[in-house]
Amino acid sequence: MPFEALVAGCLAYVALMFGVAFAADRAAARGRVRWLDHPAVYTLSLSVYCSAWTFYGAVGYASRSGLEFATIYLGPTIVFTGAWWGLRRLVRVARMHHVTSIADLISARFGKSNRLAAFVTLIAVIAATPYVALQLQSVSLSFDVFATDSLTDIPMAGGGGTALWVAGGLALFTILFGTRNLAADERHHGVVTAIALEAIVKLMAFLALGVFVVWGLADGPADMLARIAERAGDPGWILKPDRWTALLFVSGAAIVALPRMFQVLVVEAADEDRLSTAGWAFPAYLFAMSLFVLPIAVMGQELLPVDANPDLYVLTLPAQSGQNWLAFLVFLGGFSAATSMVVVCTIALATMISNHWLMPLWLMLRRKPQGDDPEDLRGFVLNARRLAILAVMAVGWLYYQATGGTTALAAMGLVAFTGMAQVLPAMIGGLLWRGANRRGAFGGVGLGFALWLATIFLPSVGIGSPLPVPPGVDPLAFAIFLSLTVNTLAFIGLSIFGMPDPVERLQGLSFVSAVDPVRHSRVARGSDQVEPLLVMARRVWGAEDALRFFQSEAAFQGKSGYLPDLTPRFLTRLERRLAGSIGAATAHAMIDSVAGGSELTVSDLMQVATEAQRAKEETQRLENATTELARTARQLQEANDKLTALSVQKDAFLGQISHELRTPMTSVRAFSEILRTPDLSDADRDRFAKIIYDEAGRLTRLLDDLLDLSVLESGQAQLSITPANLHDLIERALSAASATRPERVFRVEREPLAEYVGIITDADRLLQVLINVITNARKYCDAEPPILSIRVRRTLRGGAQIDIIDNGSGIETARQSLIFEKFARLNDPARAGGAGLGLAICKEIMANLGGEITYLPGQGGAAFRILLPRRPPVPVNAGLRRA
Amino acid sequence: MPDQPLFLERASFRRRRLGDAARVLPVLAACLILVPVWWMPAQVSFAWGAVWLFGTWAVLIAAIWALHRALHRADAATLRARRDIAQDHDHAL
Amino acid sequence: MLDILMIEDEPNIAEAVRFILTREGWQVGLHSDGLGGIEAIRGTKPRLVILDVMLPHRSGTEILAELRGDHDPGLAATPVLMLTARGQASLHLPQADAVLAKPFANDDLRAMVRRMLN
Repeated sequence: MPFEALVAGCLAYVALMFGVAFAADRAAARGRVRWLDHPAVYTLSLSVYCSAWTFYGAVGYASRSGLEFATIYLGPTIVFTGAWWGLRRLVRVARMHHVTSIADLISARFGKSNRLAAFVTLIAVIAATPYVALQLQSVSLSFDVFATDSLTDIPMAGGGGTALWVAGGLALFTILFGTRNLAADERHHGVVTAIALEAIVKLMAFLALGVFVVWGLADGPADMLARIAERAGDPGWILKPDRWTALLFVSGAAIVALPRMFQVLVVEAADEDRLSTAGWAFPAYLFAMSLFVLPIAVMGQELLPVDANPDLYVLTLPAQSGQNWLAFLVFLGGFSAATSMVVVCTIALATMISNHWLMPLWLMLRRKPQGDDPEDLRGFVLNARRLAILAVMAVGWLYYQATGGTTALAAMGLVAFTGMAQVLPAMIGGLLWRGANRRGAFGGVGLGFALWLATIFLPSVGIGSPLPVPPGVDPLAFAIFLSLTVNTLAFIGLSIFGMPDPVERLQGLSFVSAVDPVRHSRVARGSDQVEPLLVMARRVWGAEDALRFFQSEAAFQGKSGYLPDLTPRFLTRLERRLAGSIGAATAHAMIDSVAGGSELTVSDLMQVATEAQRAKEETQRLENATTELARTARQLQEANDKLTALSVQKDAFLGQISHELRTPMTSVRAFSEILRTPDLSDADRDRFAKIIYDEAGRLTRLLDDLLDLSVLESGQAQLSITPANLHDLIERALSAASATRPERVFRVEREPLAEYVGIITDADRLLQVLINVITNARKYCDAEPPILSIRVRRTLRGGAQIDIIDNGSGIETARQSLIFEKFARLNDPARAGGAGLGLAICKEIMANLGGEITYLPGQGGAAFRILLPRRPPVPVNAGLRRA
Repeated sequence: MPDQPLFLERASFRRRRLGDAARVLPVLAACLILVPVWWMPAQVSFAWGAVWLFGTWAVLIAAIWALHRALHRADAATLRARRDIAQDHDHAL
Repeated sequence: MLDILMIEDEPNIAEAVRFILTREGWQVGLHSDGLGGIEAIRGTKPRLVILDVMLPHRSGTEILAELRGDHDPGLAATPVLMLTARGQASLHLPQADAVLAKPFANDDLRAMVRRMLN
């Protein structure tokens, strides 16, 4: 097959992957996740376990060591036989805590310690870099098979150019689909779907090759078995029980502890029910991938020259037999295996690096983690991830260039497996044993890591010498046994002699009994604290998502608006959701910095433990009833508060009307009396007459407003409905409002293109609302320099949403619910001229237009959102609604 | 409840036994794969070893499949029985 | 020395009162915000304070209470005339020496101030 055709086919395949990922992301964005969430997609995505190491390396491994290669796939199979109670539990607990990576899981379990997470990240990076390099090497080797005709003198390092292109393309793919948004749960539908497709390709390729080898080259299964039996004299093929056991254990550990496996198995899982299908389907996939490994190895050894690289038998066997299409299919399979592994591994590592290294560093360097700075934290996190992706890819490529490639693919894979296995004791211990604590985790993982580094990792890159072992014992098995035993003993020992802190004990309880205890807040904090939390959430998720979350939480509590009460449940849910974006430790630290960390005491803990226990025993129905009751109570409370506030206002209403009428009246009366004094200068006389005129005008306006309001409130307002363009209306409103405090020069931030939204409404009434809101901003915005930003968005139902936001000090939380009431400024110590009817009129106008105007908390200044329907409701409805 | 129907008891009994089976299966799997290699490594390293391994493997997959299906049904049955009881009680009240 | 200090936020009313009282020969000072009102009184030590009840930032009632509690007994005893736009209902202001409802007749204002200054 010509090399150019190969490259072209390869590019077409890559384009297909981009297309599939793009389509899946779009489908997910439109909420069509049903087929994306299918257990089959989940199962197939688990196949990133079968990297290029499996695809090329397994045959090489088998030709060197016989059946031993199967340990790598039997280990996960044993783990999956326990899927129902083991893995499901792991996924449930991890989803409950919105865990984003293996490091995050360990850190969340052991008291949300970021140092622990950073350490686990370090291990993952060290262990995975050679592994990534290995994938790049395999792709570039497989290219070289096609580029050179000879089967034997294929250079190990290959062209660094191929690897560079592959690394660059993969970085692009990963950045495009892996860092598209910062979802509250770290799921990447596009990536997962593309990987599921790649899983099919690599399985099909391998099976096709296997069928060709067994029935094409050999003479069916019986003949194949006979050929295998002929190898009986090969001492390299005799299984070593110690190695067999150690490898089974390590590969079983890898299926949960490798960063990329944790990513697809736990993080990308929608819920634990996926595992009831994957529980048998994934072992079946592994079975199918392993079935033909030994036959291919045997046939390769029989048919190919002695010095041909066994790692490339899968390619050279069909090429040698003139099966070009099969060779190309196999090439695509290997390419799929390598790329899917690199993409997922990079995403997982980048999440860990950004959440546990870059974010904490950045938060530490900046001393001001809260407040109204408009800084976009989300942008920072995403950029940190992109940077981490590039870094991981670059380091992988550099490693490949520096080492010139290794001779046996299998060795590097085992190094990564054994490295991540060091996390396993802390992870399993943390899930099963409440007594496990942070010191134990640190000690165990640390010692295990050090031993792994000294006895496995460094010797693998040619530094130091392997451990001296007793004769007859396999060195690798011994190193694995030694490091894991020391690791486990240190973990248990230090845990027994240490006392976990309260946060840790709470997390321990939650992880071990898989219950969902809430964050305990001892102080009933005022709702004033909610707004800074919203500001913080906005910086992580962006304004829309943050508002949506807060609104739904408030609605759950039975409250309207965007500010829920600071209940423990709300705080817990907020922290978990944040943890899904930035990791448990950082989320915990950020919430504490805003809401004020309440130190847990042991008695609190006892209380929480009892609560958790009780919650577990309570039936679902009772639970629902309680929630419902609490919700009703809160609704009643809110209604009652509002009634009380309204009654206070009603009482004051007459007094207020009186005040508003008497004030201009006073000037009118005083000056008209003064005008009657004989010896006034003409200038004074003119001035006083003008004052009388102005004050009379003010009286008229007040009466007009009152009248307007009463008409609007009764629903009798005559609307003249016409098509209107929001851009023009905003333009007119801005110029009309500029008469207010003309000395203040506002910088107006607009998005002119977005403003061209056609809408059917009463343009004059809408203009009145816009002018009112903008005038208010001009009057009250106290920032220097003052900035007014106006954002227009189309809503899903064809209406429009106008946000008008200034950068002043905004409106205090307590008053936000009152500003739309008549004479709201009655109790306002900062009251100044004007009757305080403006926003009440705006609210009524918007109700008449079928929309609404609301105050948006947490936007860094006073912020109003005007929501318009595509067209106002028919007047009959308006009348009925008011009746 | 003194007069809890036989239904729920049977359903949840079956569910619990299946849960036990799910716990035993990994141990069984590990034994099937480890013991022959420790016992007679030379005999299981070649053709007959391959047949034994892949045979065991296939049986394990089938076992997981059957177990998960049974657990699913048992869970559903337990839920159904519980709901029926709840309804009966509602009628009685 | 200032005869009268007036604290009133409505510029037109302040203008009217100042015009009326200045023509009677009194020195009239003006402060237009609740904030800094008490400092203005301390700084000028007027013989009479005319105080609006509803002021921005700080109400007249609060200012009056602080004035009465001042540790300088001379200052604390300064006569105070309160102006209110809230009608008859809220005319009960025990700490004030006199209360005048808006709108008022100019003669009433003159008479009341004269009585309080003598």
